[in-house]
Amino acid sequence: MRGTLTQQIFSAKVGRWVKPGEIVLVDVDFVMGQDGTAPLAIKAFEEMGGEKVFAEKKVAFVIDHSAPSPNQGVSELHKRMRDFAWRQRIVLYDIGEGVCHQIIPEKGHVKPGSIVIGADSHTCTYGALGAFATGVGSTDLAAAMISGKMWFKVPETILFKLNGKLPTGVFSKDLILFLIGQVTADGATYKAVEFEGSTISSLSVDARFTICNMAIEMGGKAGLIAPDEKTRAWLEERKVKADFEFLEPDKDSYEKVYEFDVSALEPQIAVPHRVDNVFPLSKYEGTRINQAFLGTCTNGRLEDLEIAARILKGKRIHPEVRLIVAPASRKVLLEAMEKGIISVLIEAGAVLVTPGCGCCVGTHNGVPASGEVVISSSNRNFKGRMGNPDSSIFLASPATVAASAIEGRIADPRNYLN
Amino acid sequence: MVLKGKVHKFGDDINTDYIISGRYKFKTLDLKELAKHVMEDIYPNFYQRIRPGDFIVAGKNFGCGSSREQAPLAIKYAGIAAVLAKSFARIFYRNSINVGLPLVEVDADRFKDGDEIEVDLEKGVVRNLTRNFELEFPPYPQIMRKILQDGGLIEHFKKYGTFKLD
Ligand code: SF4
Repeated sequence: MRGTLTQQIFSAKVGRWVKPGEIVLVDVDFVMGQDGTAPLAIKAFEEMGGEKVFAEKKVAFVIDHSAPSPNQGVSELHKRMRDFAWRQRIVLYDIGEGVCHQIIPEKGHVKPGSIVIGADSHTCTYGALGAFATGVGSTDLAAAMISGKMWFKVPETILFKLNGKLPTGVFSKDLILFLIGQVTADGATYKAVEFEGSTISSLSVDARFTICNMAIEMGGKAGLIAPDEKTRAWLEERKVKADFEFLEPDKDSYEKVYEFDVSALEPQIAVPHRVDNVFPLSKYEGTRINQAFLGTCTNGRLEDLEIAARILKGKRIHPEVRLIVAPASRKVLLEAMEKGIISVLIEAGAVLVTPGCGCCVGTHNGVPASGEVVISSSNRNFKGRMGNPDSSIFLASPATVAASAIEGRIADPRNYLN
Repeated sequence: MVLKGKVHKFGDDINTDYIISGRYKFKTLDLKELAKHVMEDIYPNFYQRIRPGDFIVAGKNFGCGSSREQAPLAIKYAGIAAVLAKSFARIFYRNSINVGLPLVEVDADRFKDGDEIEVDLEKGVVRNLTRNFELEFPPYPQIMRKILQDGGLIEHFKKYGTFKLD
Protein backbone atom coordinates (compact mmCIF):
# COMPACT_ATOMS: atom_id res chain seq x y z
CA MET A 1 0.00 0.00 0.00
CA ARG A 2 1.21 3.50 -0.76
CA GLY A 3 -1.62 5.68 0.55
CA THR A 4 -1.50 9.47 0.58
CA LEU A 5 1.50 11.54 1.70
CA THR A 6 -0.32 12.20 4.96
CA GLN A 7 -0.95 8.52 5.53
CA GLN A 8 2.67 7.67 4.77
CA ILE A 9 3.90 10.15 7.38
CA PHE A 10 1.58 8.85 10.08
CA SER A 11 2.28 5.22 9.22
CA ALA A 12 6.03 5.76 9.46
CA LYS A 13 5.57 7.39 12.87
CA VAL A 14 3.32 4.73 14.29
CA GLY A 15 5.32 1.88 12.80
CA ARG A 16 2.39 0.22 11.05
CA TRP A 17 -0.01 1.07 8.28
CA VAL A 18 -2.71 3.48 9.52
CA LYS A 19 -6.06 4.32 7.99
CA PRO A 20 -8.02 7.59 7.97
CA GLY A 21 -10.24 7.87 11.02
CA GLU A 22 -7.83 6.06 13.34
CA ILE A 23 -6.80 7.89 16.49
CA VAL A 24 -3.05 7.77 16.97
CA LEU A 25 -0.63 9.10 19.55
CA VAL A 26 2.64 10.18 17.90
CA ASP A 27 5.95 11.78 18.79
CA VAL A 28 6.15 15.31 17.45
CA ASP A 29 9.35 16.50 15.78
CA PHE A 30 8.98 20.19 16.53
CA VAL A 31 6.58 22.45 18.43
CA MET A 32 6.11 26.20 18.16
CA GLY A 33 4.20 28.92 19.96
CA GLN A 34 3.87 32.62 19.15
CA ASP A 35 3.08 35.64 21.31
CA GLY A 36 -0.68 35.31 20.83
CA THR A 37 -0.74 31.71 22.05
CA ALA A 38 2.43 30.93 24.02
CA PRO A 39 1.53 32.93 27.15
CA LEU A 40 -1.59 30.84 27.64
CA ALA A 41 0.45 27.71 26.93
CA ILE A 42 2.95 28.67 29.64
CA LYS A 43 0.06 29.07 32.06
CA ALA A 44 -1.31 25.65 31.06
CA PHE A 45 2.20 24.13 31.27
CA GLU A 46 2.51 25.35 34.85
CA GLU A 47 -0.99 24.27 35.83
CA MET A 48 -0.35 20.82 34.39
CA GLY A 49 2.65 20.52 36.68
CA GLY A 50 5.14 20.71 33.80
CA GLU A 51 8.73 21.11 34.95
CA LYS A 52 10.93 20.65 31.93
CA VAL A 53 10.11 20.65 28.22
CA PHE A 54 10.56 17.26 26.53
CA ALA A 55 13.47 18.48 24.36
CA GLU A 56 14.95 21.99 24.46
CA LYS A 57 15.92 22.06 20.81
CA LYS A 58 12.52 20.98 19.62
CA VAL A 59 10.52 23.79 21.16
CA ALA A 60 10.53 27.35 19.86
CA PHE A 61 8.74 30.53 20.84
CA VAL A 62 8.42 33.33 18.33
CA ILE A 63 7.57 36.92 19.23
CA ASP A 64 6.05 38.16 15.98
CA HIS A 65 2.39 39.09 16.33
CA SER A 66 2.83 42.31 18.26
CA ALA A 67 6.52 42.97 17.87
CA PRO A 68 7.92 45.25 19.19
CA SER A 69 5.32 45.50 21.92
CA PRO A 70 2.78 48.30 21.41
CA ASN A 71 1.61 48.51 25.05
CA GLN A 72 2.24 47.39 28.58
CA GLY A 73 -0.16 44.44 28.52
CA VAL A 74 1.68 42.91 25.58
CA SER A 75 5.06 43.72 27.14
CA GLU A 76 4.15 41.68 30.21
CA LEU A 77 3.18 38.71 28.05
CA HIS A 78 6.40 38.99 26.03
CA LYS A 79 8.39 39.10 29.25
CA ARG A 80 6.69 35.96 30.40
CA MET A 81 7.65 34.21 27.17
CA ARG A 82 11.27 35.36 27.42
CA ASP A 83 11.58 34.30 31.07
CA PHE A 84 10.15 30.90 30.27
CA ALA A 85 12.35 30.46 27.20
CA TRP A 86 15.55 31.41 29.03
CA ARG A 87 14.72 29.24 32.02
CA GLN A 88 13.82 26.25 29.89
CA ARG A 89 16.63 26.93 27.37
CA ILE A 90 14.25 26.51 24.47
CA VAL A 91 14.70 28.31 21.17
CA LEU A 92 13.53 31.93 21.29
CA TYR A 93 13.08 34.10 18.23
CA ASP A 94 12.55 37.55 19.60
CA ILE A 95 11.23 40.72 17.94
CA GLY A 96 12.53 41.42 14.49
CA GLU A 97 13.36 37.83 13.57
CA GLY A 98 10.20 37.56 11.54
CA VAL A 99 6.88 35.74 11.20
CA CYS A 100 6.87 32.34 12.85
CA HIS A 101 5.89 30.52 9.66
CA GLN A 102 8.77 32.02 7.78
CA ILE A 103 11.45 31.44 10.40
CA ILE A 104 10.58 27.95 11.58
CA PRO A 105 11.30 26.49 8.12
CA GLU A 106 14.00 29.07 7.33
CA LYS A 107 16.01 28.14 10.42
CA GLY A 108 15.93 24.50 9.43
CA HIS A 109 13.43 23.14 11.94
CA VAL A 110 11.25 21.37 9.37
CA LYS A 111 12.05 18.21 7.43
CA PRO A 112 10.04 16.21 4.93
CA GLY A 113 8.13 13.48 6.73
CA SER A 114 8.21 15.17 10.11
CA ILE A 115 5.22 16.05 12.24
CA VAL A 116 5.19 19.61 13.47
CA ILE A 117 2.60 21.33 15.59
CA GLY A 118 2.35 25.03 16.19
CA ALA A 119 -0.02 27.07 18.26
CA ASP A 120 -1.05 29.05 15.22
CA SER A 121 -3.50 28.03 12.56
CA HIS A 122 -1.15 28.76 9.65
CA THR A 123 1.34 26.15 10.85
CA CYS A 124 0.07 24.22 7.82
CA THR A 125 2.54 26.35 5.80
CA TYR A 126 5.39 23.89 6.43
CA GLY A 127 3.57 21.21 4.45
CA ALA A 128 5.18 22.84 1.42
CA LEU A 129 8.33 20.94 2.48
CA GLY A 130 6.50 17.63 2.75
CA ALA A 131 5.95 17.72 6.50
CA PHE A 132 2.67 17.12 8.28
CA ALA A 133 2.28 20.43 10.07
CA THR A 134 -0.86 21.59 11.79
CA GLY A 135 -2.18 24.23 14.12
CA VAL A 136 -3.26 23.53 17.68
CA GLY A 137 -4.31 25.64 20.63
CA SER A 138 -2.34 26.64 23.68
CA THR A 139 -3.32 23.70 25.90
CA ASP A 140 -2.33 21.18 23.24
CA LEU A 141 0.93 23.08 22.86
CA ALA A 142 1.55 22.83 26.60
CA ALA A 143 0.76 19.12 26.55
CA ALA A 144 3.21 18.61 23.69
CA MET A 145 5.91 20.68 25.40
CA ILE A 146 5.66 18.33 28.38
CA SER A 147 5.16 14.98 26.70
CA GLY A 148 6.64 15.42 23.22
CA LYS A 149 3.48 13.77 21.97
CA MET A 150 0.19 14.65 20.37
CA TRP A 151 -2.88 12.65 19.48
CA PHE A 152 -4.42 12.91 16.04
CA LYS A 153 -7.22 11.47 14.07
CA VAL A 154 -5.54 10.36 10.84
CA PRO A 155 -7.37 12.57 8.37
CA GLU A 156 -8.98 11.79 5.05
CA THR A 157 -7.12 13.54 2.27
CA ILE A 158 -8.23 15.67 -0.66
CA LEU A 159 -5.97 15.95 -3.69
CA PHE A 160 -5.68 18.97 -5.97
CA LYS A 161 -4.11 18.11 -9.32
CA LEU A 162 -3.03 21.32 -10.92
CA ASN A 163 -1.71 21.45 -14.41
CA GLY A 164 -0.65 24.17 -16.79
CA LYS A 165 1.60 27.19 -16.52
CA LEU A 166 0.34 30.22 -14.61
CA PRO A 167 0.07 33.19 -17.02
CA THR A 168 2.20 36.32 -16.52
CA GLY A 169 0.86 38.40 -13.64
CA VAL A 170 -0.85 35.41 -12.06
CA PHE A 171 0.80 33.88 -9.01
CA SER A 172 0.47 31.07 -6.51
CA LYS A 173 -1.63 33.44 -4.35
CA ASP A 174 -4.16 33.79 -7.16
CA LEU A 175 -4.18 30.03 -7.53
CA ILE A 176 -4.87 29.28 -3.89
CA LEU A 177 -7.52 32.00 -3.68
CA PHE A 178 -9.18 30.47 -6.71
CA LEU A 179 -9.15 27.00 -5.13
CA ILE A 180 -10.59 28.29 -1.86
CA GLY A 181 -13.35 30.01 -3.83
CA GLN A 182 -14.08 26.70 -5.52
CA VAL A 183 -14.29 24.50 -2.43
CA THR A 184 -15.33 27.19 0.14
CA ALA A 185 -14.12 27.93 3.64
CA ASP A 186 -15.13 24.54 5.00
CA GLY A 187 -14.47 22.48 1.89
CA ALA A 188 -11.67 20.56 3.58
CA THR A 189 -12.63 20.66 7.26
CA TYR A 190 -10.96 17.87 9.29
CA LYS A 191 -9.08 16.81 6.14
CA ALA A 192 -5.56 17.04 4.85
CA VAL A 193 -5.07 18.62 1.43
CA GLU A 194 -2.32 17.66 -0.98
CA PHE A 195 -1.24 19.52 -4.10
CA GLU A 196 0.51 18.08 -7.13
CA GLY A 197 0.85 18.47 -10.88
CA SER A 198 2.94 20.40 -13.34
CA THR A 199 1.83 23.77 -11.94
CA ILE A 200 3.11 22.87 -8.48
CA SER A 201 6.40 21.47 -9.81
CA SER A 202 7.05 24.70 -11.66
CA LEU A 203 6.57 26.84 -8.53
CA SER A 204 9.45 27.94 -6.33
CA VAL A 205 9.51 26.75 -2.73
CA ASP A 206 8.53 30.29 -1.66
CA ALA A 207 5.45 30.15 -3.88
CA ARG A 208 4.57 26.73 -2.53
CA PHE A 209 4.59 28.09 1.02
CA THR A 210 1.88 30.53 -0.07
CA ILE A 211 -0.29 27.63 -1.24
CA CYS A 212 0.08 25.47 1.86
CA ASN A 213 -0.26 28.51 4.12
CA MET A 214 -3.85 28.95 3.00
CA ALA A 215 -4.93 25.30 3.27
CA ILE A 216 -6.49 26.28 6.59
CA GLU A 217 -8.70 28.82 4.81
CA MET A 218 -10.56 25.88 3.26
CA GLY A 219 -10.68 24.24 6.68
CA GLY A 220 -7.74 21.92 5.97
CA LYS A 221 -5.87 20.27 8.82
CA ALA A 222 -2.66 20.36 6.80
CA GLY A 223 -1.55 21.15 3.25
CA LEU A 224 1.17 19.02 1.72
CA ILE A 225 3.39 19.01 -1.33
CA ALA A 226 5.74 16.11 -2.01
CA PRO A 227 9.39 17.19 -1.85
CA ASP A 228 11.32 17.33 -5.11
CA GLU A 229 14.73 18.56 -6.23
CA LYS A 230 13.77 22.17 -5.52
CA THR A 231 12.77 21.24 -2.00
CA ARG A 232 16.01 19.37 -1.47
CA ALA A 233 18.06 22.31 -2.73
CA TRP A 234 16.13 24.72 -0.52
CA LEU A 235 16.66 22.49 2.51
CA GLU A 236 20.33 21.93 1.77
CA GLU A 237 20.92 25.66 1.77
CA ARG A 238 19.61 25.55 5.33
CA LYS A 239 21.69 22.51 6.23
CA VAL A 240 18.70 20.21 6.50
CA LYS A 241 18.84 16.67 5.14
CA ALA A 242 15.74 15.46 3.34
CA ASP A 243 16.01 11.81 4.25
CA PHE A 244 12.35 10.86 4.23
CA GLU A 245 11.41 8.96 1.09
CA PHE A 246 7.81 9.24 -0.05
CA LEU A 247 6.30 6.65 -2.33
CA GLU A 248 4.24 7.82 -5.27
CA PRO A 249 0.81 8.29 -3.61
CA ASP A 250 -1.91 5.90 -4.53
CA LYS A 251 -4.77 7.84 -6.20
CA ASP A 252 -7.45 5.53 -4.79
CA SER A 253 -6.49 6.56 -1.28
CA TYR A 254 -7.79 10.09 -1.72
CA GLU A 255 -11.26 10.89 -0.56
CA LYS A 256 -11.69 13.35 -3.39
CA VAL A 257 -9.61 14.53 -6.32
CA TYR A 258 -10.04 17.94 -7.92
CA GLU A 259 -8.36 18.67 -11.22
CA PHE A 260 -7.79 22.10 -12.69
CA ASP A 261 -5.95 23.45 -15.69
CA VAL A 262 -4.68 26.84 -14.61
CA SER A 263 -3.17 28.07 -17.85
CA ALA A 264 -5.95 30.62 -18.38
CA LEU A 265 -6.36 31.70 -14.75
CA GLU A 266 -6.81 35.43 -14.17
CA PRO A 267 -5.64 37.33 -11.09
CA GLN A 268 -8.07 36.65 -8.25
CA ILE A 269 -9.36 38.68 -5.34
CA ALA A 270 -11.11 37.73 -2.08
CA VAL A 271 -13.79 40.25 -1.26
CA PRO A 272 -14.83 41.36 2.27
CA HIS A 273 -15.51 39.72 4.66
CA ARG A 274 -14.85 36.14 3.62
CA VAL A 275 -11.77 34.42 2.28
CA ASP A 276 -13.88 32.18 0.04
CA ASN A 277 -15.67 35.15 -1.50
CA VAL A 278 -13.34 34.98 -4.49
CA PHE A 279 -13.77 36.61 -7.90
CA PRO A 280 -11.64 37.40 -10.92
CA LEU A 281 -9.88 40.65 -10.12
CA SER A 282 -11.52 42.44 -13.06
CA LYS A 283 -14.85 42.43 -11.26
CA TYR A 284 -13.48 44.74 -8.56
CA GLU A 285 -10.99 46.76 -10.60
CA GLY A 286 -11.35 50.45 -9.85
CA THR A 287 -12.52 50.04 -6.23
CA ARG A 288 -10.87 52.78 -4.20
CA ILE A 289 -8.41 51.77 -1.51
CA ASN A 290 -6.83 53.64 1.39
CA GLN A 291 -4.15 51.22 2.51
CA ALA A 292 -2.10 48.52 0.84
CA PHE A 293 -0.31 45.88 2.89
CA LEU A 294 2.51 43.73 1.62
CA GLY A 295 3.80 41.05 3.94
CA THR A 296 2.66 38.20 6.24
CA CYS A 297 3.30 34.48 6.40
CA THR A 298 1.39 34.17 3.13
CA ASN A 299 3.27 36.69 1.01
CA GLY A 300 6.12 38.46 2.80
CA ARG A 301 8.93 36.47 1.21
CA LEU A 302 11.74 37.63 -1.01
CA GLU A 303 10.05 36.89 -4.30
CA ASP A 304 6.91 38.67 -3.09
CA LEU A 305 8.85 41.83 -2.30
CA GLU A 306 10.73 41.42 -5.55
CA ILE A 307 7.64 41.36 -7.72
CA ALA A 308 6.21 44.37 -5.89
CA ALA A 309 9.47 46.23 -6.47
CA ARG A 310 9.40 45.36 -10.15
CA ILE A 311 6.00 47.01 -10.40
CA LEU A 312 6.83 50.00 -8.19
CA LYS A 313 10.26 50.75 -9.64
CA GLY A 314 10.51 54.38 -10.61
CA LYS A 315 6.90 55.06 -9.61
CA ARG A 316 5.17 56.71 -6.68
CA ILE A 317 2.24 55.26 -4.81
CA HIS A 318 -1.03 57.17 -5.03
CA PRO A 319 -0.97 60.22 -2.69
CA GLU A 320 -4.11 59.07 -0.88
CA VAL A 321 -2.75 55.57 -0.16
CA ARG A 322 -0.42 54.19 2.51
CA LEU A 323 1.70 51.22 1.53
CA ILE A 324 2.94 49.19 4.51
CA VAL A 325 5.60 46.55 3.99
CA ALA A 326 6.49 43.89 6.57
CA PRO A 327 9.23 41.52 5.35
CA ALA A 328 8.58 37.98 6.55
CA SER A 329 11.94 37.69 8.27
CA ARG A 330 15.20 39.43 9.07
CA LYS A 331 16.85 37.27 6.41
CA VAL A 332 14.26 38.32 3.85
CA LEU A 333 14.81 41.95 4.81
CA LEU A 334 18.60 41.63 4.50
CA GLU A 335 18.36 39.91 1.14
CA ALA A 336 15.86 42.46 -0.09
CA MET A 337 18.23 45.23 1.00
CA GLU A 338 21.14 43.66 -0.81
CA LYS A 339 19.12 43.37 -3.97
CA GLY A 340 18.02 46.98 -3.78
CA ILE A 341 14.37 45.95 -3.40
CA ILE A 342 13.88 47.87 -0.19
CA SER A 343 15.10 51.16 -1.63
CA VAL A 344 12.78 50.78 -4.60
CA LEU A 345 9.83 50.23 -2.28
CA ILE A 346 10.73 53.09 0.02
CA GLU A 347 11.43 55.48 -2.83
CA ALA A 348 7.98 54.62 -4.15
CA GLY A 349 6.52 55.74 -0.81
CA ALA A 350 6.28 52.50 1.17
CA VAL A 351 6.57 52.39 4.96
CA LEU A 352 8.73 49.59 6.28
CA VAL A 353 7.79 47.94 9.59
CA THR A 354 9.54 45.29 11.68
CA PRO A 355 9.79 41.82 10.14
CA GLY A 356 6.85 39.96 11.68
CA CYS A 357 3.10 39.95 11.32
CA GLY A 358 2.87 43.70 10.69
CA CYS A 359 -0.72 44.92 10.61
CA CYS A 360 -2.15 41.51 9.64
CA VAL A 361 -3.96 40.82 12.88
CA GLY A 362 -4.95 44.28 14.08
CA THR A 363 -2.68 44.69 17.04
CA HIS A 364 -0.42 47.48 15.76
CA ASN A 365 1.43 48.90 12.76
CA GLY A 366 -1.45 50.18 10.65
CA VAL A 367 -4.99 49.71 11.95
CA PRO A 368 -7.37 51.12 9.31
CA ALA A 369 -9.87 53.86 10.13
CA SER A 370 -13.63 53.34 9.93
CA GLY A 371 -14.89 53.13 6.38
CA GLU A 372 -11.42 52.53 4.98
CA VAL A 373 -10.58 49.86 2.45
CA VAL A 374 -7.39 47.81 2.57
CA ILE A 375 -5.86 45.60 -0.07
CA SER A 376 -3.63 43.03 1.56
CA SER A 377 -1.35 40.16 0.59
CA SER A 378 -2.38 38.32 3.78
CA ASN A 379 -4.66 35.35 4.21
CA ARG A 380 -7.71 36.61 6.11
CA ASN A 381 -10.20 39.38 5.46
CA PHE A 382 -12.60 38.73 8.32
CA LYS A 383 -14.48 41.73 9.60
CA GLY A 384 -12.33 43.42 12.23
CA ARG A 385 -9.27 41.33 11.36
CA MET A 386 -6.99 44.33 11.07
CA GLY A 387 -8.33 45.88 14.25
CA ASN A 388 -11.37 47.81 13.04
CA PRO A 389 -14.69 46.09 12.35
CA ASP A 390 -15.79 49.09 10.28
CA SER A 391 -13.07 48.70 7.69
CA SER A 392 -12.90 46.19 4.87
CA ILE A 393 -10.12 44.03 3.48
CA PHE A 394 -9.53 42.64 0.00
CA LEU A 395 -6.98 39.83 -0.40
CA ALA A 396 -4.79 39.53 -3.45
CA SER A 397 -1.28 38.76 -4.69
CA PRO A 398 1.70 41.02 -3.89
CA ALA A 399 1.66 42.14 -7.52
CA THR A 400 -1.96 43.23 -7.28
CA VAL A 401 -1.25 44.99 -3.98
CA ALA A 402 1.61 46.92 -5.60
CA ALA A 403 -0.35 47.88 -8.71
CA SER A 404 -3.29 49.00 -6.57
CA ALA A 405 -1.02 51.10 -4.35
CA ILE A 406 0.10 53.01 -7.43
CA GLU A 407 -3.38 53.66 -8.74
CA GLY A 408 -5.19 54.16 -5.43
CA ARG A 409 -7.74 51.71 -6.78
CA ILE A 410 -7.79 47.98 -7.18
CA ALA A 411 -5.68 47.47 -10.27
CA ASP A 412 -4.57 44.64 -12.55
CA PRO A 413 -0.84 43.93 -12.17
CA ARG A 414 -0.69 42.59 -15.72
CA ASN A 415 -0.70 46.19 -16.91
CA TYR A 416 2.70 46.60 -15.25
CA LEU A 417 4.30 43.32 -16.26
CA ASN A 418 5.10 41.92 -19.63
CA MET B 1 -24.96 15.66 33.10
CA VAL B 2 -27.99 17.48 31.68
CA LEU B 3 -27.54 21.12 30.75
CA LYS B 4 -30.50 23.41 30.41
CA GLY B 5 -30.76 26.95 29.04
CA LYS B 6 -31.72 29.33 26.28
CA VAL B 7 -30.58 29.41 22.66
CA HIS B 8 -28.60 32.31 21.20
CA LYS B 9 -28.65 31.83 17.47
CA PHE B 10 -25.73 32.58 15.10
CA GLY B 11 -25.14 31.98 11.38
CA ASP B 12 -22.53 30.07 9.34
CA ASP B 13 -18.75 30.43 9.45
CA ILE B 14 -18.47 32.29 12.75
CA ASN B 15 -14.70 32.73 12.91
CA THR B 16 -12.45 33.09 15.93
CA ASP B 17 -11.82 36.77 15.17
CA TYR B 18 -15.57 37.32 15.70
CA ILE B 19 -15.64 35.20 18.82
CA ILE B 20 -12.82 37.18 20.38
CA SER B 21 -11.02 39.89 18.46
CA GLY B 22 -7.22 39.94 18.23
CA ARG B 23 -7.43 43.43 19.76
CA TYR B 24 -8.12 41.88 23.14
CA LYS B 25 -6.52 38.49 23.11
CA PHE B 26 -3.00 39.78 22.79
CA LYS B 27 -3.33 42.08 25.74
CA THR B 28 -4.32 39.92 28.64
CA LEU B 29 -4.67 36.47 30.09
CA ASP B 30 -7.58 37.63 32.25
CA LEU B 31 -10.32 35.42 30.88
CA LYS B 32 -13.19 37.08 32.74
CA GLU B 33 -12.14 40.33 31.14
CA LEU B 34 -11.87 38.73 27.68
CA ALA B 35 -15.29 37.14 28.06
CA LYS B 36 -16.92 40.57 28.18
CA HIS B 37 -15.94 41.08 24.53
CA VAL B 38 -17.24 37.76 23.21
CA MET B 39 -18.83 38.15 19.72
CA GLU B 40 -18.65 41.91 20.14
CA ASP B 41 -17.86 42.79 16.50
CA ILE B 42 -20.91 40.99 15.11
CA TYR B 43 -23.28 41.15 18.09
CA PRO B 44 -22.68 44.19 20.32
CA ASN B 45 -23.53 43.59 24.00
CA PHE B 46 -23.87 39.85 23.50
CA TYR B 47 -22.13 39.30 26.83
CA GLN B 48 -24.86 41.20 28.71
CA ARG B 49 -27.55 39.01 27.18
CA ILE B 50 -26.11 35.69 28.35
CA ARG B 51 -27.51 33.98 31.40
CA PRO B 52 -25.12 31.37 32.80
CA GLY B 53 -26.03 28.01 31.30
CA ASP B 54 -27.25 29.38 27.95
CA PHE B 55 -26.23 27.89 24.60
CA ILE B 56 -24.85 29.19 21.35
CA VAL B 57 -26.48 27.49 18.37
CA ALA B 58 -24.82 28.18 15.03
CA GLY B 59 -24.57 27.06 11.42
CA LYS B 60 -21.70 25.34 9.71
CA ASN B 61 -17.96 25.76 10.29
CA PHE B 62 -18.23 27.40 13.72
CA GLY B 63 -14.85 28.52 15.06
CA CYS B 64 -12.98 28.69 11.76
CA GLY B 65 -9.89 30.85 11.55
CA SER B 66 -7.11 31.13 14.06
CA SER B 67 -5.94 28.68 16.70
CA ARG B 68 -6.61 31.09 19.56
CA GLU B 69 -7.79 29.12 22.53
CA GLN B 70 -9.07 32.38 23.89
CA ALA B 71 -12.08 31.76 21.62
CA PRO B 72 -13.58 28.74 23.43
CA LEU B 73 -12.33 30.18 26.72
CA ALA B 74 -14.13 33.49 26.18
CA ILE B 75 -17.32 31.58 25.36
CA LYS B 76 -16.92 29.39 28.44
CA TYR B 77 -16.11 32.26 30.77
CA ALA B 78 -19.06 34.24 29.40
CA GLY B 79 -21.25 31.53 30.92
CA ILE B 80 -22.15 29.52 27.81
CA ALA B 81 -22.66 25.87 28.77
CA ALA B 82 -22.12 24.34 25.31
CA VAL B 83 -22.05 25.26 21.64
CA LEU B 84 -24.31 23.46 19.18
CA ALA B 85 -23.60 23.82 15.47
CA LYS B 86 -24.01 22.10 12.13
CA SER B 87 -20.25 21.65 12.03
CA PHE B 88 -17.12 22.95 13.72
CA ALA B 89 -13.69 23.95 12.52
CA ARG B 90 -11.06 21.45 13.59
CA ILE B 91 -8.72 23.46 15.82
CA PHE B 92 -11.67 25.07 17.58
CA TYR B 93 -13.13 21.62 18.20
CA ARG B 94 -9.95 20.35 19.84
CA ASN B 95 -9.45 23.51 21.84
CA SER B 96 -12.98 23.43 23.19
CA ILE B 97 -12.67 19.88 24.43
CA ASN B 98 -9.26 20.72 25.90
CA VAL B 99 -10.67 23.61 27.91
CA GLY B 100 -13.81 21.68 28.87
CA LEU B 101 -16.37 23.44 26.66
CA PRO B 102 -18.73 20.78 25.24
CA LEU B 103 -19.61 20.97 21.54
CA VAL B 104 -22.48 19.23 19.86
CA GLU B 105 -23.05 18.71 16.13
CA VAL B 106 -26.75 19.02 15.31
CA ASP B 107 -29.08 20.36 12.65
CA ALA B 108 -29.08 23.93 13.91
CA ASP B 109 -31.89 25.03 11.57
CA ARG B 110 -34.39 23.45 13.91
CA PHE B 111 -33.60 25.88 16.70
CA LYS B 112 -34.70 29.48 16.99
CA ASP B 113 -33.30 32.29 19.04
CA GLY B 114 -34.75 32.13 22.56
CA ASP B 115 -35.74 28.43 22.49
CA GLU B 116 -35.37 26.60 25.81
CA ILE B 117 -33.31 23.47 25.32
CA GLU B 118 -31.78 20.63 27.28
CA VAL B 119 -28.55 18.86 26.36
CA ASP B 120 -27.74 15.44 27.76
CA LEU B 121 -24.08 14.87 26.97
CA GLU B 122 -23.96 11.32 28.30
CA LYS B 123 -26.96 10.06 26.39
CA GLY B 124 -26.22 12.16 23.33
CA VAL B 125 -29.61 13.87 23.18
CA VAL B 126 -30.71 17.45 22.66
CA ARG B 127 -34.30 18.28 23.65
CA ASN B 128 -35.98 21.41 22.39
CA LEU B 129 -38.46 22.17 25.17
CA THR B 130 -40.02 25.12 23.32
CA ARG B 131 -40.67 23.21 20.11
CA ASN B 132 -41.01 19.79 21.59
CA PHE B 133 -38.60 17.57 19.71
CA GLU B 134 -35.49 15.54 20.38
CA LEU B 135 -32.33 15.11 18.34
CA GLU B 136 -29.61 12.56 18.90
CA PHE B 137 -25.95 13.21 18.35
CA PRO B 138 -23.03 10.78 17.99
CA PRO B 139 -20.70 10.22 20.94
CA TYR B 140 -17.23 11.79 21.07
CA PRO B 141 -14.20 9.64 20.24
CA GLN B 142 -12.87 7.88 23.34
CA ILE B 143 -9.90 10.23 23.86
CA MET B 144 -12.12 13.30 23.78
CA ARG B 145 -14.65 11.76 26.13
CA LYS B 146 -11.83 11.03 28.54
CA ILE B 147 -10.46 14.58 28.36
CA LEU B 148 -13.94 16.07 28.86
CA GLN B 149 -14.65 13.73 31.77
CA ASP B 150 -11.40 14.74 33.40
CA GLY B 151 -12.50 18.36 33.10
CA GLY B 152 -10.18 19.34 30.25
CA LEU B 153 -6.64 18.58 29.14
CA ILE B 154 -4.98 20.41 32.03
CA GLU B 155 -6.76 18.20 34.55
CA HIS B 156 -6.03 15.17 32.36
CA PHE B 157 -2.31 15.95 32.48
CA LYS B 158 -2.43 16.66 36.21
CA LYS B 159 -3.85 13.20 36.66
CA TYR B 160 -1.68 11.18 34.26
CA GLY B 161 1.29 13.43 33.49
CA THR B 162 0.87 12.64 29.79
CA PHE B 163 -1.79 11.62 27.25
CA LYS B 164 -3.71 8.57 28.36
CA LEU B 165 -5.47 7.29 25.29
CA ASP B 166 -7.56 4.41 26.63
S1 SF4 C 1 1.26 37.09 9.46
FE1 SF4 C 1 -0.91 37.14 9.98
S2 SF4 C 1 -1.70 35.12 9.49
FE2 SF4 C 1 0.53 34.97 9.53
S3 SF4 C 1 1.04 34.29 11.59
FE3 SF4 C 1 1.10 36.53 11.59
S4 SF4 C 1 -0.97 37.17 12.22
FE4 SF4 C 1 -1.09 35.03 11.61
